[in-house]
Amino acid sequence: MTEIAILSGKGGTGKSTLCASFATMGHDIVVADCDVDAADMYLVLSPEDYIENNFITGYKARLDQTTCTKCGLCIEKCRFRAISLVDGDVTISDTSCDGCKLCSRICPAQSITMIPSDKSCWYIGNYRNGKLVHARLDPGEENSGKLVSIVREKARKLIDENNWNYVIIDGPPGTGCPVIASITGVDKVVVVTEPTNSGFHDLKRIMELISNYRIKPYVVINKSDLNIEISREIMSWCDSNGICLAGTISFDELVVQAMVNCKSVVEWSPDSEVSLIIKSIWKIIIKD
Amino acid sequence: MIKDKKLKIAVASGKGGTGKTFVSINFFNSLYLSGRNVVIVDCDAEEPNVMEFIKGTQIERADISQKVPYILQNNCVFCGKCFEYCNYNAIIFLPESNYIKVLDDLCHSCGACIEACSYSAISESDRHLGSVVRYLVHDSSEVIEACSDVGIYSPVPVIKKALENTDNGGVVIIDSPPGISCPFIAAVNKADYAILVTEPTPFGLNDLKLAAETLKKMSKPFGVIVNKSGLGNDDVYEWLEENNVRLLMEIPFDREIAKVYSEGRMLTDINEKYKGEFLALYDRIKEDLEKYD
Repeated sequence: MTEIAILSGKGGTGKSTLCASFATMGHDIVVADCDVDAADMYLVLSPEDYIENNFITGYKARLDQTTCTKCGLCIEKCRFRAISLVDGDVTISDTSCDGCKLCSRICPAQSITMIPSDKSCWYIGNYRNGKLVHARLDPGEENSGKLVSIVREKARKLIDENNWNYVIIDGPPGTGCPVIASITGVDKVVVVTEPTNSGFHDLKRIMELISNYRIKPYVVINKSDLNIEISREIMSWCDSNGICLAGTISFDELVVQAMVNCKSVVEWSPDSEVSLIIKSIWKIIIKD
Repeated sequence: MIKDKKLKIAVASGKGGTGKTFVSINFFNSLYLSGRNVVIVDCDAEEPNVMEFIKGTQIERADISQKVPYILQNNCVFCGKCFEYCNYNAIIFLPESNYIKVLDDLCHSCGACIEACSYSAISESDRHLGSVVRYLVHDSSEVIEACSDVGIYSPVPVIKKALENTDNGGVVIIDSPPGISCPFIAAVNKADYAILVTEPTPFGLNDLKLAAETLKKMSKPFGVIVNKSGLGNDDVYEWLEENNVRLLMEIPFDREIAKVYSEGRMLTDINEKYKGEFLALYDRIKEDLEKYD
């Protein structure tokens, strides 16, 4: 089994576009959409025969006003400043509550209970080239890292059960916990960047993160023709840091057209220049 | 200087790369150029980019840290109560081999383990999470940048810190992190109004719906900017109409705009028309907010 994660640091560089293409070039593929805040892969892959399951992301404290003695111990001990006196009543803010349970453990009147937040879900479905695992984080929930781990675990299990080869991971933006959860233990990471100062800046940050792991990174410069000078700068930066540049892709409206028609660009326009480049990038990545 | 009632406007989107920062900095620049006192807070702490576009002088820097517990092995009796209290699996406890350890990366600094311990066997030290840096721009305006260290568990404490002390009048623009989870909530929570930036593609619309749902849950007034219009299809416009969501502004897909942005320059410095449009955006938001008052 080979696990390949596609990341970008900065959002909107074309991570999902590349991922959708990789996902539709062969067979027996499991796609793990780990951008659980905003999962998009299902829009292109149109999976069917869903298996759906709820997932507990955490807990929220609930106070029983009728038994609360207003002793103030919970207010004093809550480090998330989630509990306060509002019009004389002890009030817990859901958005600030971290679900640590401390208040419910220490309340002398046992007036606080913890309610599980279980509105987040994960899904497995079949699509034309394999299976897609994705998830939906209930808005405002945390623990997307934990949900990412679940998506990856399901993906690996599917590979084992079916004796397939590739897990393709569409990673979340950023450099935090869900990103770490997306790359821990993978074989290869593809970082998609764009020739903007911000794209370049974020590429360096994500590379700093990847260097903490023993994973071979590959860089793809997307929309490379939008600023040729910065594209060149990124190329020479990769070169001097010994990072493999797997390819550069010019901006092409075909990519957007394909997405609007719920296809990857390699399906929509297989012989276009952009599709040929994406195919050559895939070959480079799986070669060694 | 034009005196404005303090107004906090978050610029956000479910999807990354739709043009949040582009909107934030040009909005900031247009308001500044029209003589307003304006503060921009870069809350995309995992990938802060605002300072690549704005020149300013650093006037303050605060390091943000979190308390993480450590075990005083001499006092520990291996009772396991801290392990039981920790709700984040941040304590490894192997009683048969007298082994106990805190995993800093998983700790949320809630203090439960300290509360649990009856043997004074847990103390706390500081762990660096990131920084909040303030820059003065042209003597009257400010950039506040939240920057989290690479690989930390959550950027939320850094974002919250950056948003403190922004209550002193003027317009505050909050460049928010992508997504719909805690960092997004932390950034948008203090805003009076949110601008959601989207693009007219299926991905853009899907993520716009998620972000809009989140804002509705928070009872936060919001409007939408469609960026890169002309690409994609009309579904986003239909959705706006069906859901009675205000279209605040449209920015066409244009290679020139993309080029200017890629070089770290501001469109509103070289294009009067867009400067005017961003000022009109401000008036539209004020208008929208009056309806909520």
